[in-house]
Amino acid sequence: MTATPARARLAAALDRAGMLLVLAVLVAVCWAAVPGFGTSRNAADLLLQVSTVGMVASTMLFCLASGNFDLSVGTVIPCGGVLCALVLRQTGSAPLAIAVALAFGAVVGLVNGVVVAKFRINALIATLSTLMMARGAAFVFAEGKSIGINSPAVLNLANVAFPVFRDPGTGAIVFQISLPVWICLGLFAFFGFVLARTAFGRNTLAIGGNEEAARLAGIAVDRVKITIFAVQGLVAALAGVLLAARMGIGDPKTAQGIELSIISACVLGGVSLAGGVGRMSHVVAGVFIMGIVENAMNLLGIDSFYQYIVRGAILLGAVLFDRFRTRR
Amino acid sequence: MPPAPPALAFEGISKSYPGVHALQEVSFAVRAGSVHALMGENGAGKSTLLKILSGAHPPSAGCLRLAGEARVFSSTLEAMQAGVAVIYQELHLVPEMTVAENIFLGHLPVRRGVVDRPRLRALAATQLRRLGEESIAPDTRLGGLPLGQRQMVEIAKALSRGARVIAFDEPTSSLSAREIERLFGVIAELRREGCAILYVSHRMEEIFRLGDACTVLRDGRHVQTFGRLAETTPEELVRAMVGRAIADVFGRTPRTLGGPGLEVAGVVGPGLRAPASFAVARGEVFGLFGLVGAGRTELLKILFGSPAATAGEIRVRGRAVAVRGPSDAIRAGIVYCPEDRKREGIIPLGSVRENCNLSARRNTLRFGGVLDESWERENARRQIEALGVRTPSADQLIKNLSGGNQQKVILGRWLSERVDVLLLDEPTRGVDVGAKSEIYQLVFKLAREGVAVVVVSSDLPEVLGLADRVGVMRHGRLAALLSREEATPERVLGLALPVEETIPAPP
Repeated sequence: MTATPARARLAAALDRAGMLLVLAVLVAVCWAAVPGFGTSRNAADLLLQVSTVGMVASTMLFCLASGNFDLSVGTVIPCGGVLCALVLRQTGSAPLAIAVALAFGAVVGLVNGVVVAKFRINALIATLSTLMMARGAAFVFAEGKSIGINSPAVLNLANVAFPVFRDPGTGAIVFQISLPVWICLGLFAFFGFVLARTAFGRNTLAIGGNEEAARLAGIAVDRVKITIFAVQGLVAALAGVLLAARMGIGDPKTAQGIELSIISACVLGGVSLAGGVGRMSHVVAGVFIMGIVENAMNLLGIDSFYQYIVRGAILLGAVLFDRFRTRR
Repeated sequence: MPPAPPALAFEGISKSYPGVHALQEVSFAVRAGSVHALMGENGAGKSTLLKILSGAHPPSAGCLRLAGEARVFSSTLEAMQAGVAVIYQELHLVPEMTVAENIFLGHLPVRRGVVDRPRLRALAATQLRRLGEESIAPDTRLGGLPLGQRQMVEIAKALSRGARVIAFDEPTSSLSAREIERLFGVIAELRREGCAILYVSHRMEEIFRLGDACTVLRDGRHVQTFGRLAETTPEELVRAMVGRAIADVFGRTPRTLGGPGLEVAGVVGPGLRAPASFAVARGEVFGLFGLVGAGRTELLKILFGSPAATAGEIRVRGRAVAVRGPSDAIRAGIVYCPEDRKREGIIPLGSVRENCNLSARRNTLRFGGVLDESWERENARRQIEALGVRTPSADQLIKNLSGGNQQKVILGRWLSERVDVLLLDEPTRGVDVGAKSEIYQLVFKLAREGVAVVVVSSDLPEVLGLADRVGVMRHGRLAALLSREEATPERVLGLALPVEETIPAPP
């Protein structure tokens, strides 16, 4: 007996929804069980918390979908912030500072792309090298210390919010969506569209699915790969600038190990590490599941040492679940 | 006393996947000491049957009998231990290990927990000697061996496990003529030793040369078992396979040749030892024959810019074109269907529609830009219809299609836009008889429309049946250009064989 069409359709819909469904369940459970989770203040904090990982994950999706990945974002993020703070201190010009930081990220990405695409070096090794170099560069630029930011223009990047709801009595902020969150959501929407609906996205998935076939089909494989890495670097630097603006300092020691959080959020959502498979909905689900779990653990006062164990276990559970689901 | 039970019997084997009945009630027996051919178009269920035999998939119903004993394997290890080996087209060997290690992979001889190297070497040498392959040193790295010898290693591996039932899945598809001869010698020897051999192939000559009996499958059902192959004709087999007789698989109709289509002058590149020059008129089919490794694929790929030629000139319809990469070639109207569809042709996780539109100049071949999805759907529908691709829908993943249908999708990839030069590399490898004939018709149709076609094939009858002129390659050189009249099988083969060897005189 085969399943009835209605049941088959339901199964297919569940399959498509996948981790988004898990995310919905998780939100419901936390709302009910974790004190303080359902407050609008916590929601605003949560959104801001995940925005850094979210921004970079939206371009990491392209790296993974094309069968590569990029570790260097883990230090491009702090280095971007440090550079921005440094140029601000030297020149006082916010546009110049941001431009220098973004250009630095794009150049690191470009180097990654050229090394991976043209010299055919394994992406793990190539980006591990640039990861270390960018960490070193951040410490060199900052001379080992963090650099304070006092430009209102840059600080505002993280603080501008819309809409802002205040408590009519006390005037305290009840809920707001700040600029980094909007940028993150904008990147989700933009890169989601690029992957699903444009030639560039199609080519990215084709390269991840079968690089040689893609090349022989006339796709400019190297150019696509280099572009993916360059954009990845640029977005990582942007995330770094926004993070520095939020903290008010360019700190070379910040965001340690974030590259693994980003990649694991993507994989958790269902993006294949082998390439060729990935959708933005996967990334959104993965980023928020990771963020919510972390947020809930903080609210419950769970020690950060245990948090690592839980996060690792969730990632392992998710990929095992996925393997089980696809084998069926 | 009743006769001894057959070495291998399939009894009412059925296998269904969600929505598909891959096999339905298949029953037949293979005697010990015989070669039993298994034929059928792609999608007929041959691979599924082999997977059940190898223990990779359990049957949904029915069972196997080995020498009368009913067995259902739940793993490949169980099948191996029961003396069953399946030798696939793609060999299951580890290139980085030595020959001896590969042969005894999974049951290496050990002494006190450490691999006993001298014994391993001696045992491997024994197995290789049994196959008459003393020339393969047990300590060679497997990856350094030519394909034919690797296959021998795979056979040695099966024998080392004590296999009494050996199934071959299209074993000759990548072998040179000489390697095929060696393989046939070994199979004959295994038969003499009393092994039961199941032999899957599309090549009629092989079936008749080797086979004692033959079973034909169609659409997952057992059509007919020919107990005495010697009393059967190829036409009968083909009829059983396709359900109709194919009078002439080629079906040539006269064509008029047009002006210059493709002109190649002094082209040099990796894999070629001498500059190659030839011309193909519009509407002409040019066959390129040579032994494996003679540089046929290399020449074809250089014309497609992958890698680019280091010297020489390529002209399309009289215009010189600079081909630095596949995208230049495509813009110039040169397209290429690769030999190894799985590695170089399809995006396995993509749908038929995506694979069909992968080279659409208005969509994917642009660097950016929004895809025109309604055009894509329409184009995929058109190509599926025009080429007779058998697929449940355009959204089906291409990896679920049979080889012939995948090939049609890849052809369709190019045909939605202008094509001046069509380069086909082994277009019918792993393609069943019915689809072969459809692909031939398509080649002729495109030629009639004025396309210059270059076909590389290892199948001599195919080259001679398709081509208006034949180029013969040997040792990385384009050794001769022959007209259709000059291109007799003896002449072409004679030119293709290495010079220092003498050609056996025809009887």
